[in-house]
Amino acid sequence: MAELTSRQGGRVAVRKPQVYAWVQDYGVYAAVLALLLFNVLFTPHFLDASNFRTQLVQVTPIVIVSLGMALVIGTQGIDLSVGSVMALAAALTVLYLGYGWLPALIVAVIGGAVVGAAGGALVAYVGVQPIVATLALLVGVRGLANVLVPQLVEFRNPGLIALGSSSVAGIPVIVLIAAALTVIVLFVVRRTTFGRQVVAIGGNRSASELSGLPVKRVLLTVYVISGLLAALAGVLATARLQASDPTSLGLFIELSAITAVVVGGTPLTGGRIRVLSTVMGALLMQLLAATLIKHNLPQSWTQMVQAVIILAAVYATRKRGTR
Amino acid sequence: MRRTELEAVLEAKGISKRFPGVLALDDVSLALRPGEVHALVGENGAGKSTLIKVFTGVYRPDGGELRYQGGPAAFATPMEAQRAGIQTIYQEVNLVPMMSVARNLLLGREPRGRFGVIDAAAMYGEAERVLAGYGVDTDVRRPLRTLGVGAQQMVALARAVSVDARVVIMDEPTSSLEPREVETLFGVIRKLRERGIAVMYVSHRLDELYQVCDRVTVLRDGRLAHTGPLAELERLKLISLMLGRDLNEVRSDGLTSFSRDHAGEPHRNGQAPVVEARGLTRRHVLDGVDVSVRPGEVVGLGGLLGAGRTETAKAIVGALPLDGGQVLVAGAPLRAGSTAAAIRAGVSLLPEDRKAEGIIPTLSVRENIALAALPALGRAGVVSEAKIDRVVEIFMRRLRIKAASPHQLVSELSGGNQQKVLLARWLAVRPKVLLLDEPTRGIDVGAKAEVQALIDELAEEGLGVLLISSDLEELVEGADRILVLREGAVVGELSGDEVTEERIMATIAEQADG
Repeated sequence: MAELTSRQGGRVAVRKPQVYAWVQDYGVYAAVLALLLFNVLFTPHFLDASNFRTQLVQVTPIVIVSLGMALVIGTQGIDLSVGSVMALAAALTVLYLGYGWLPALIVAVIGGAVVGAAGGALVAYVGVQPIVATLALLVGVRGLANVLVPQLVEFRNPGLIALGSSSVAGIPVIVLIAAALTVIVLFVVRRTTFGRQVVAIGGNRSASELSGLPVKRVLLTVYVISGLLAALAGVLATARLQASDPTSLGLFIELSAITAVVVGGTPLTGGRIRVLSTVMGALLMQLLAATLIKHNLPQSWTQMVQAVIILAAVYATRKRGTR
Repeated sequence: MRRTELEAVLEAKGISKRFPGVLALDDVSLALRPGEVHALVGENGAGKSTLIKVFTGVYRPDGGELRYQGGPAAFATPMEAQRAGIQTIYQEVNLVPMMSVARNLLLGREPRGRFGVIDAAAMYGEAERVLAGYGVDTDVRRPLRTLGVGAQQMVALARAVSVDARVVIMDEPTSSLEPREVETLFGVIRKLRERGIAVMYVSHRLDELYQVCDRVTVLRDGRLAHTGPLAELERLKLISLMLGRDLNEVRSDGLTSFSRDHAGEPHRNGQAPVVEARGLTRRHVLDGVDVSVRPGEVVGLGGLLGAGRTETAKAIVGALPLDGGQVLVAGAPLRAGSTAAAIRAGVSLLPEDRKAEGIIPTLSVRENIALAALPALGRAGVVSEAKIDRVVEIFMRRLRIKAASPHQLVSELSGGNQQKVLLARWLAVRPKVLLLDEPTRGIDVGAKAEVQALIDELAEEGLGVLLISSDLEELVEGADRILVLREGAVVGELSGDEVTEERIMATIAEQADG
């Protein structure tokens, strides 16, 4: 009976779903382009390289975190612990900086992976709801980071500072890293068995189980990747700040990351992952804030406009997601 | 028989209920009299649950009239029906698991002391007294969830009955009860009958129906098939009413597209089974089921709804946790509880519920077909699009899957084409045995014929098939051998000339021992 309805529904309303589908697929790109065009026409100095670079550098941690978030959301999950993982990474980085910046970075990333594994194990093997499991980690890991490094610590490690502030061909290194990670995640989602399995599990978990997919292992891995990426974002943010600040680093970034994923058109109901659109989602929100600030509108305006965009994105996603 | 003269307490008169694309109830009439236990039976999709939901205010009928206690009734919500005195006990207990047994029993009617505070001592005393009458002897202060399912169900029943019920509807109340608990339940039902309460009893366990019910109503395909006193109705007749088979008119060859000659292949008996399940056991569900399938053989599983057919198939592929039993594939034991291991060994299940357990609605036809075979369609974890394209093309052509393109969303296809996509998913992993659970349910006639022809063809090529179907004709014409299940146990095996619709029904109808 459900088959019948969906078939009939499809025939009656052919045009509308097409419009929604277009908005869902390309809406973010169109919005980013429109905003860029607006700025080119009406915002003085917008095309200056330094302005551009600032925008990109600022959005980098959000982009990296939201890549992992997109994977998690694709499985119908959510990862609230990412901000605290960034803080833990900042703490671990400064603690192990004595061994050189690269070993410190590796320790920090391992720390993030361990937190991700904890969350993933709770979700996949114990059966805790993702929002609850990662909420516990959000609180606990921030506490752990603060215990390790109770206050802001500045550092003078030239390697780490260079990582945060140097550029190659005029493009900041951390932006290049974010771009490389985007390409890797894109490849994983589109071209690997693992990526296909992630999407299938998000689309229908019991069907995936009956199809012999390693559901639990895949879920665990997804959270590990999210933790890993968040830790990397934490190290890069610390490198740029030239100080480790576990108290405030990454606060509320989970919300920015979820926003980027949602605005990019990945449904919270899982079964679909849109990597490039997620990056575009993060850029859109960044650009929007910058535009409104440049035109002397208060912060509160930015927040309200962002809310409208989130609702619009969810509405567009809903149309096709519910079929 | 005095009671038959009484006026009905709850009556459906010519009730119709339509859902998009399907007429769930078509002019159904049923009268429930005070002090009778009325059995409501029918196979999947017969309209039982819809009728119950009309009675309990969940659905409003599109046509016909509902009468309650002599006047017209229109319950806007389940709450209204409950307040009027229609209580329902569902399979899944719907109480509050974290609250104490006593609170659950007396929820909303707790004895109050001064200032409206709940009088805990009185509440516990009252609860203990009430539950003792139902054979539940437990500490009523404990949270409900610490009780066994059977005891929880008794609490639900006690609660339903204690709130001034005139009609009690029980939906498969014994499905998770121990024999002793079933006896207690029947005792309670008999007491209800004495008190003049009307009981509607929904169950597939024929033995229970004949033990406790006075009258029976049979629904089939949304229509009333029969209503009348139960004692006068033969078991075999009841089953033929449920399955929609006229005993005199069972055709020998008919409308299905199976064409293989099952008698002419005796050589198979010599071959070793490719899959062999021994003593599959799970409490309340399966009771020592043995099944084996030889290469090229189609084994049918017969039985009524709830007899354990689906569960047997799920147990074989490791998707149902077992208390005991073993599955051997080509003589080697399969790791218990691992669907992945079963698939690697060559055993795959086409599940009954296409939407919930089959398709991945967010993915395309292509991705759905490739899903189970993914590890084989790539190297080092990177998928090969070319290999996927090839496999998808082969199966889309062979199974004649009608889609705009392989990239169309699978959820946009018709039911028949979705089913073919799932068959393609399994054929792509080159199984040795396919377990097909209701492979032609809910698909159109053309697709049905194609699927049936395909089953023949696959068996011809040496694939072992376990076929589950509620369509007796499909079962008889498709299968070489049929195992009949009842209440989780194999109660008969039919082969050769014995594979007929009459024999299946007769086997289902046989009295259980003791």
